[in-house]
Amino acid sequence: MDKILHMSASTRSKLITYGMVVVAFVLMQWLSSAHAISSSTTGLLVPICVYVSLAISLNLVVGISGELSLGHAGFMSVGAFTGIFAAQLLTDIIPTPMLRLVASMLVGGAFAALAGFLVGIPVMRLHGDYLAIVTLAFGEIIKNLLNNLYAGFDANGLHFSMTSAQALAMEGGKIVINGPQGAVGIPKLSTFFAGFLLIMFTLFVVLNLVDSRSGRAIMAVRDNRIAAESVGIDTTKYRLMAFVVSAALAGMAGALYAQNFSSIVPKKFDFNTSILILVFVVLGGMGNIRGGIISATLLTVLPEKLRFIGDYRMLGYAIVLIVVMVFSNNPQVRLFIDSLREKLLKRGGTNVPADASEGGDAS
Amino acid sequence: MGFLTNLINGISLGSVYAIIALGYTMVYGIAKMLNFAHGDVIMVGGYICFIAMNNLGLPPVVAVLLSMVGCTCLGIVVERLAYKPLREAPSLAVLITAIGVSYLLQNTALLVWGADPKAFRSIVDLPSIKLLGGQLTVAPISIVTVLANVAIMVGLTLFTTRTKMGKAMRACSEDKGAAQLMGINVNTTISMVFAIGSGLAAIAGVLLCSTYPTLMPTTGSLPGIKAFTAAVVGGIGSIPGAALGGILLGIIEIFAKAYIGTQLADAIVFGVLIVVLLIRPAGLLGQEIREKV
Repeated sequence: MDKILHMSASTRSKLITYGMVVVAFVLMQWLSSAHAISSSTTGLLVPICVYVSLAISLNLVVGISGELSLGHAGFMSVGAFTGIFAAQLLTDIIPTPMLRLVASMLVGGAFAALAGFLVGIPVMRLHGDYLAIVTLAFGEIIKNLLNNLYAGFDANGLHFSMTSAQALAMEGGKIVINGPQGAVGIPKLSTFFAGFLLIMFTLFVVLNLVDSRSGRAIMAVRDNRIAAESVGIDTTKYRLMAFVVSAALAGMAGALYAQNFSSIVPKKFDFNTSILILVFVVLGGMGNIRGGIISATLLTVLPEKLRFIGDYRMLGYAIVLIVVMVFSNNPQVRLFIDSLREKLLKRGGTNVPADASEGGDAS
Repeated sequence: MGFLTNLINGISLGSVYAIIALGYTMVYGIAKMLNFAHGDVIMVGGYICFIAMNNLGLPPVVAVLLSMVGCTCLGIVVERLAYKPLREAPSLAVLITAIGVSYLLQNTALLVWGADPKAFRSIVDLPSIKLLGGQLTVAPISIVTVLANVAIMVGLTLFTTRTKMGKAMRACSEDKGAAQLMGINVNTTISMVFAIGSGLAAIAGVLLCSTYPTLMPTTGSLPGIKAFTAAVVGGIGSIPGAALGGILLGIIEIFAKAYIGTQLADAIVFGVLIVVLLIRPAGLLGQEIREKV
């Protein structure tokens, strides 16, 4: 008990975040085993896990590293398609579905990290809005390339082509990725438990990175690049580190996402998906990991629950987005929220450091 | 002859990109925001013109003017309601708001006009021009597009260099604080830029739909993103840069479609952006501003 009282604010905050995810998982697992929730909600569990992980990983770039990335879905799709390919190749070698899923997620994550590294080298030479538009361009390029990719395997090994399925010259075997039609007949390996593990892993990586020497360097670069450079921090290296780690985590989430469906097309991972993830991060509060988890969950569940209002759903989403942005940035509203928070904290009697309310601190 | 035909189509498409890019480049220059809703203003312009011509039976010239007026009003209203309260806000908040506006326009269009594509009738109802003994056909809309582009570029350059309002715009994009001290009303100037940009978007929408006659709620999205790419390639904030970037990307896109493949054309267009930014981080005609420590 004494230990709990005396641990540092950041450790306590980390434990609260982990605890929140564990409690939510146990609760949902219990509800679904008791058949207390509808099958449509059960079907949402894996996508929720995927989007929560994506929000956490994008937060590393947007919130912690302070760079605007508009191509997160591109890394997700690299992970998705390499993950599917790996899972199909490994069908005979790893018969256990859960292990095969983990292996495919690792492969997806590795390839997404590679893509992140290749994209990152040129991108990290730019700053601000220019960086944003280039990540957007890379996201579109990845989507276009995957739209033209044909890949399969047979007894002779792997076959790749950028023109057509015939050009693969397959002898029997299986075409896994079929250009614009994407991947079809994917075995459903993803489970809610795997999603839960992915969230925990993503949290573990991001929270520990933020709390490390490298993490502090990344945040120093975000807060003042010139000052950070002048104390000897290699700014490009640390920005690239955040970018690559985030891409790898997005790739793992992509592999999990793809294997939740029987078929998936490259078009699914377009600009709008990148924006969707960015909205989770911004509405949750930049750099605020817990906020991102909550907003990703709510914004995945609500649109499904509001399906009955049809076309008005997206209209409402747009209006909510604008209103929230306009009001949360209104100076008077900000003052009011800050004074409210101060009152609440005084009553709670906890001594939270002042900078925690700025949203720059990862919690 | 295929080469010449492609070149003409490329310049024509590029001129449309250039007109859209002008809206992006002016707004970015003055308000430092990526206005993702600009592409959807194009779509609205297309719909207004379509309705004026097909449902109200107005002549094309009146329809285009009506669509310009409509989009200008739309631009002013959007700026007033969504962007003006965020003048001092972080740029990411403004970006998300712009995306919200983009979704709003797309989904309103979806509710009002439906999801099925409309077949847009070209505003220029003339037969194609045959040159070089019939080997080369030029669509009259291509000529109109290029002429419109040239007229707009010349007009805007004169406007920003000769008139009081234009000079105020350039002053604001250079230094808002100093401009205000000189007695320039910064807010009115920014609203004016949005109005001009949206009016130009209406022209671009009409020209785009006349060349590629399918009109849907998502018609403006991809051309919008490509035109923004063009603005960045040419050097954001520069009017000749928008023209150069737009025409360059239009030509590259048409040639990539013709000689490499329709599927990869977009990847090549975005690849050009990356290459240009790596060689010249401020774009082809952009001014590189040194960071002062």
